[in-house]
Amino acid sequence: MTMEMVIFGLSWLLIGIGSVFVVIGAVGIVRMPDVFTRLHAASLIETLGGGALLLGLMLQAGFTLVTLKLAMILLLFVFTAPVATHAVAQAALHQEVMPKLASDRRPHQAGGKSPEAR
Amino acid sequence: MMFLMATIAILIAMALVVVRAIRGPTVFDRVLAGNVIGTLAILLLAVVGFLLGRPEWLDIALTYGLLNLISTLAVLKFFRHGDLAFVPKEPPKL
Repeated sequence: MTMEMVIFGLSWLLIGIGSVFVVIGAVGIVRMPDVFTRLHAASLIETLGGGALLLGLMLQAGFTLVTLKLAMILLLFVFTAPVATHAVAQAALHQEVMPKLASDRRPHQAGGKSPEAR
Repeated sequence: MMFLMATIAILIAMALVVVRAIRGPTVFDRVLAGNVIGTLAILLLAVVGFLLGRPEWLDIALTYGLLNLISTLAVLKFFRHGDLAFVPKEPPKL
């Protein structure tokens, strides 16, 4: 009885945390000034939001096949989210989309374009 | 009750990310927004499956997750090299 209540409360807590972090990540994607900072906000959705939501659902499901499928989705997130993030950042850098900096500490490049120019 | 709350939260997040996909100044913002919408769709499938008492939808969520990575990488390869069949002349130096 009490064990079920503990598991129920824990899964409620995890699903609440996941919902909050999903919304925070989406707000970050809208509000951040730059591709790279938006990548940072998107990783919040894929790790903390999705992880907490899926863990909460796993606690709801108990020891069934559903839990195994949820674990596979979690494993998929763990392996594919860094790959997608890295690919977006690498392609953006390859197309010379530079991060916005408060002060440019790199040596001045003659042909370099500022991020505001495009 | 909490499944409904999580569903509403994911739908709000998807609406916000669609705003970024429309407004995004570079193409990479739009690719990133598409990737995040795919991730949110996986979570939405899982949570709505629990909300309606039919967790069999997780199979669809898994398939969608696999397709999401492949589509993101394909679009990025196209916008990086201008060609989906691009093969580098020499292997890149590590």
